[in-house]
Amino acid sequence: MAERVLEIRGLEVTFRRGEERIRAVAGVDLTLAAGEALALIGESGSGKSVTLRQVLRLDPERTTEVAGSVRVGGEEVGRLDRRGLRRLRGGRVGMVFQEPLLALDPVYTVGQQIVEAIRAHEPVSRAEARARALELFRLVHVPSPDRRLDAYPHELSGGLRQRAMIALALACRPQLLLADEPTTALDATVQIQVLLLLRELQERLGLAILFVTHDIGAAVEIADRIAVIYAGRIVEEGPVRAVIRSPLHPYTRGLLASRTEGALVKGRRIAAIPGSPPDLARPPPGCAFAPRCSLAVEACRRSVPRLEPFAPGHAVRCLRAPEWAASAA
Amino acid sequence: MLRYTFNRVLYALPIMLGVSLVCFLLVHIAPGDPLVSVLPPDATEALRRQMAELYGFDRSLPEQFLRWLARAATGDLGTSIATARPVAAEVARAVGNTVTLAAFATLIGFTLGAIFGFVAGYFRDSPLDRLASALAVLGVSVPHYWLGMVLVIIFSAQLGWLPATGAGPGGSTEWVWDWEHFRHLILPAVTMSVIPMGIVARTLRALVAEILSQEFVMGLRARGLSEFAVFRHVVKNAAPTALAVMGLQLGYLLGGSILIETVFSWPGTGFLLNAAIFQRDLPLLQGTILVLALFFVVLNLLVDVVQTALDPRIRRA
Repeated sequence: MAERVLEIRGLEVTFRRGEERIRAVAGVDLTLAAGEALALIGESGSGKSVTLRQVLRLDPERTTEVAGSVRVGGEEVGRLDRRGLRRLRGGRVGMVFQEPLLALDPVYTVGQQIVEAIRAHEPVSRAEARARALELFRLVHVPSPDRRLDAYPHELSGGLRQRAMIALALACRPQLLLADEPTTALDATVQIQVLLLLRELQERLGLAILFVTHDIGAAVEIADRIAVIYAGRIVEEGPVRAVIRSPLHPYTRGLLASRTEGALVKGRRIAAIPGSPPDLARPPPGCAFAPRCSLAVEACRRSVPRLEPFAPGHAVRCLRAPEWAASAA
Repeated sequence: MLRYTFNRVLYALPIMLGVSLVCFLLVHIAPGDPLVSVLPPDATEALRRQMAELYGFDRSLPEQFLRWLARAATGDLGTSIATARPVAAEVARAVGNTVTLAAFATLIGFTLGAIFGFVAGYFRDSPLDRLASALAVLGVSVPHYWLGMVLVIIFSAQLGWLPATGAGPGGSTEWVWDWEHFRHLILPAVTMSVIPMGIVARTLRALVAEILSQEFVMGLRARGLSEFAVFRHVVKNAAPTALAVMGLQLGYLLGGSILIETVFSWPGTGFLLNAAIFQRDLPLLQGTILVLALFFVVLNLLVDVVQTALDPRIRRA
């Protein structure tokens, strides 16, 4: 196996909101090799973005309890001091946000922000940093890059803004790119372009990408592997083809069935998963999906199933999966 | 930007014209005969008419307005009825004193307000925030004439450290840069600074907290910027709104405070206005109000231009 860029072991994240304790992430294990793209799929509140933010320890430390281990290039993120953390953020790890209009400072030009990010990490002159920013804009295919560097975020179109955001994340040549739903806020045609760009960058720069999304179509487009997260736990993980063609977890199957692609037949409703995700302040004792699952049995509600390997590289957290897969075959 | 500034100045001209008309009408619509205070109670009708003619009160209102406006445009605001001195000179001296007072009050108020506001916004819901917020609320709520009197009681009457009234030793009304005059300035300036301090602090607290909760701040941290660099971004984001509020406050302070200037017998515009009203000194009243109103127009103009220069979203819109 290639060098491990990211290794997450038993990550648990709990937010304190007054008296309430919300367990957003309840034990997540993820490994990402150099140059690999992993899509973390889940719905709102499943803990996918929280997991992503913990790679850079971005949640306010006062109200966040973190257990488990997050290692970037073998270095434990939880043990880094302020300076180490600053070097990690934007240095070895770049991050792209969902809505670039909100994630870029509105009163600085995108060029100024890239120059600032470069100079925060490397002792280069303003002119040098600017030249590199220009290079980055060419890399992410921004047309007339020189002029666009002097634009404020609100002056760019959605697609260009996201390209600028990606350029910014890549400013210090990171090995790992964290992408938090980078295409969700974009028009459908622009989404494809940004996905293609990410794919291209991954190949050209040997970038590892952790891609968080709720859009399976986007995940298929870019990822080598898919991990499905539900109520703070990975419920299924495997190579893209295996997960899409033979999903094992009932939740994954529900997600695939509720896709709109090819399913928009006139007069037919889109298959939705009944019920809603559990309250993370009071999670059920057993499998978190059991209350919504048609296959659930008594044992499912008693204790949380383990993530068991099923096929090479394909693991599932479901008691009924082996049985079900056998009957389907 | 130059074009915008030019346009903005151009728009200010009709506003100024309107302002002067309102000033004129307000003063003339108000009841009371301006000549009562200068004429003896048993004055003859002939004398009365002569005086009215001298001041131009016998003409029609539109004519009076146009003549007043034409002279005001050349800097001549007429003659005070009560003191028989040129209004322009009286107003100029009062404005000078008020500006001195306002400048010091602004300096104190904005500095403290900015510090309290940033601290409270950054450390929201901490004991530090509660202390800063409490001081800010106190600043806005305490009646400042009362605070002025309390300060006088403590620092002048009890401790005897600072003079209670006046703008300088021996009833001097001209501002001079020396310690004696400065001592007279301290109490009224501190009293006056309390309200802008509170308002600036409260505005900045809300503003800073709002900016810090925006996603781009996490974006800045995700790029590995230092907390100081993040702070710089917060300041630049807060600047346009903060400046607008400060400009408005500065405007209020420059307008002079009748209450504070009366409590401390500070010979500024508020004091002058007070005197003019009580003596029904129409030319003086009119001139003072006009100058103050024009002050506001010019100040708003400046704030708009500076704000536009600072905020790219307004600038290119």
